[in-house]
Amino acid sequence: MTRLVTLGLGILAAGLALVAAFAITSLVLIVAGDPAGEVWGEILSWPESRNLTNIINNATVLYLSALAVAIGFRMNLFNIGVDGQYRVAAFTAAVVAGEAWLPGYLNTALAILAAMAVGAVWAGIAGLLRASRGVSEVISTIMLNFIATSLVAYLLRKAAVDAEGSNAVNTKPVPEGSRIGGFSIGDGPGEVYGFVFIAAAAGFLFWFVLNRTRFGFDLRATGRSTTAAVANGINVNKMVLATMCLSGAVAGLVGLPILFGSQFSYGSTFQSGLGFAGIAIALLGRNHPVGIALGALLFAFLDEQSNPLQILVGVSPDIVAITQGVIVLTVVISYELIRRYAVRLEQQRVARALAPSAPTPPPTSGPSGEAEEVKA
Amino acid sequence: MSTTTAPTPATPGTAPVSVRLRGIGKRFPGVIANDDINIDVRRGTIHAIVGENGAGKSTLMKILYGVQPPDSGTIEINGTEVTLSSPADAIRAGVGMVFQHFMLADNLTVLENVVLGAEKLHGIGGRARAEITRISEAYGLDIDPDRLVEELGVGARQRVEVLKVLYRGANVIILDEPTAVLVPQEVDELFGNLRELKEEGLSVIFISHKLDEVLTVADEITVIRRGTTVTTVTDTEGVTARKLAELMVGSQLPSPSTEASTVTDQVLLSVRNLSLPAPGGRPLLDDISFDIHRGEVLGIAGVEGNGQAELVEAVMGMRPGTTGTITLAGTDLGPLSNRARRESGIGYIPEDRHRHGLLLDAPLWENRVLGHQGRAPSSRHGLIDRRGARDDTLRIIEEYDVRTPGPDVLARALSGGNQQKLIVGREMSGDPVLLIAAHPTRGVDVGAQAAIWQHIKNARKEGLAVLLISADLDELIGLSDTIEVILRGRLVGTFDPGAVTPEQLGSAMTGAGESA
Repeated sequence: MTRLVTLGLGILAAGLALVAAFAITSLVLIVAGDPAGEVWGEILSWPESRNLTNIINNATVLYLSALAVAIGFRMNLFNIGVDGQYRVAAFTAAVVAGEAWLPGYLNTALAILAAMAVGAVWAGIAGLLRASRGVSEVISTIMLNFIATSLVAYLLRKAAVDAEGSNAVNTKPVPEGSRIGGFSIGDGPGEVYGFVFIAAAAGFLFWFVLNRTRFGFDLRATGRSTTAAVANGINVNKMVLATMCLSGAVAGLVGLPILFGSQFSYGSTFQSGLGFAGIAIALLGRNHPVGIALGALLFAFLDEQSNPLQILVGVSPDIVAITQGVIVLTVVISYELIRRYAVRLEQQRVARALAPSAPTPPPTSGPSGEAEEVKA
Repeated sequence: MSTTTAPTPATPGTAPVSVRLRGIGKRFPGVIANDDINIDVRRGTIHAIVGENGAGKSTLMKILYGVQPPDSGTIEINGTEVTLSSPADAIRAGVGMVFQHFMLADNLTVLENVVLGAEKLHGIGGRARAEITRISEAYGLDIDPDRLVEELGVGARQRVEVLKVLYRGANVIILDEPTAVLVPQEVDELFGNLRELKEEGLSVIFISHKLDEVLTVADEITVIRRGTTVTTVTDTEGVTARKLAELMVGSQLPSPSTEASTVTDQVLLSVRNLSLPAPGGRPLLDDISFDIHRGEVLGIAGVEGNGQAELVEAVMGMRPGTTGTITLAGTDLGPLSNRARRESGIGYIPEDRHRHGLLLDAPLWENRVLGHQGRAPSSRHGLIDRRGARDDTLRIIEEYDVRTPGPDVLARALSGGNQQKLIVGREMSGDPVLLIAAHPTRGVDVGAQAAIWQHIKNARKEGLAVLLISADLDELIGLSDTIEVILRGRLVGTFDPGAVTPEQLGSAMTGAGESA
């Protein structure tokens, strides 16, 4: 019963945020003199199977990114550095897989592990600075993003191989046997990344570790109250470091669906900005693996459906970026409102449940509430 | 002990009232912070408000400074009833506050700090400088408007804060624990400044729990206990620190422990030469040694802030830098972490249950797990045992009479007393040999208080060693087998609760001398 109420309130909060975000976007469209109705008609139409494939693929990538951010959020750590972490990690994976020291899928496994390790180390730098020196992880991860961008650009020159007839800079391609195959849905061209299953497994592990293990309990307890965590024997500094590393390890997976499913090498045109979308999706999905999955699908859906806007109704697809940005704001507001409402609801429920058996004692001020005479 | 040296412009007791509080009440879920507070502060007086931590002083001051609205009651300032819904309202009404923690920008000058946010009053240039100099001279604050704040000492910074408040036109100044950060000479200077303020016809509200200081400087004293005004002393002549201490902690006796002594000669907790140095000051704990036996309750009495919290945290392993040895049932706790200490048999009822005892936004069963993550029934093989934890939460709810619809309720939704009973139940599970209870009945209702007392008596009967810290002297006398008094980080006297009176404890706590 209470679970249902909690779930209902969660859906209500997300719905409220989305409606508000759509309303604000419509306002922008109307003020700019664009046909709001046509834009929404186009965006909210059912996608073709080709688009569906793209949506799922894009959502897989966004899902991993949001999962990485959510790990930090559950402990009140703001890992803005997923963007940098996935780039150094994807680059590392591309180099390792391209070198093909091991045959077939062993090579893939090694590359994935290398990516996770590098992501963990990159995020771990911020974790270490926070744990040992109290440096805000927000600042350090932003800085590490810049360093990651430059570092990868620099190393890419060294690792790049020349492709004939192209001036693109790419790492050695991943050998055929180490690629992760996809599958088709419907009759359209293109395949859904096989990596989608790894992402789903990551989501399950996220849920399991956080909700079922001691480590996850410590993590959530620290996130809820650092002071209570310290008083109850949790080594907060160790948790900060471990959580950042874990977050970075998941961030290390973000670029891999693309690497092993469609691009097969890391180049200067590798998709960027995935880390920031992850922050928005983690917020929208309330840091819950299922919520994040829905959020990732929504963001991917909006991205995909906005592509033809320019041709069909003459509106820049950037309008969807506005919607996504506004969602972040409305989500924060609506979740806080609903949270307060839920707390009040719970308190009333407890008061009601206790009322018949134990009438609430009148508000006395203590054993000796009466003012006493002073013999002064 | 009224200030006969300072000529008062108006006799206290007859001067017009500048702040009148009537029936102020404020409730938080499960806690009554203020209940029927009545205070009159007269113009040209220093009015002290004393009470133990948690008695409701800070809530009251937040109400008077517009930070929180009261649930009931009225505030009158200079004869007009006002509604203060923000500090800006309070400032407009002439109320200013100097916080314990200064709010100054170090890299700005005094002038810049003072005009910040009050640029409209006298500009930011020459006129402002002239006004600051005028105020500084009028009240003897001795402040140069062009010094950088970072060059100033603590006492001078505090005077800048006072000046900021005066600059904004306040005629009622609240000082929250102003002496906590000062050395004795600076305290004397501050008191000199305060006397000048009152001679100029301002009202000063002075919050403190240091009784000797209060008696030195205050014209009138209001005592607050458990959220309500106990009394106002309008003539401080003849009032002693002992008398005030008694008023602060109350004299309602818990049902005294009529049970026979269960103390054995087996030492469970042994503390030897425990010290905790503080950088650049007197140590927080100074060479503390004591034993607690099986079946014994050792009570620590003391005025808040004399090392009680540090003592508990040192035993719990939360204070790096302590020296000395702590042995629990033969095991040296020195090298053990907080969690290892808990698992070796310490139950801990923390002083601040909201910050240290509970995860307020987590369900009760998760709160049952907190601090017990590594043990059955909370976990097995590194996994949280949800069923085990829930079942055991149900047991605690039953045995400790926690009033809740079930174990899935958020801790925040329970009343303070029920939250505390849950904590007591949790800490008593896992077979502890030592129970540390810091202010176990603070802020709980009468019914829960009696229940918690009974649980502590039961623990003693079952052969636990109990370390009880309390500000409530009657609670200490009623529950303890031995009482130690702590003053400035040292144990200064041992008392037999069967023979001691609250007055005797009070005088030992304030260092007033003889322990008859």
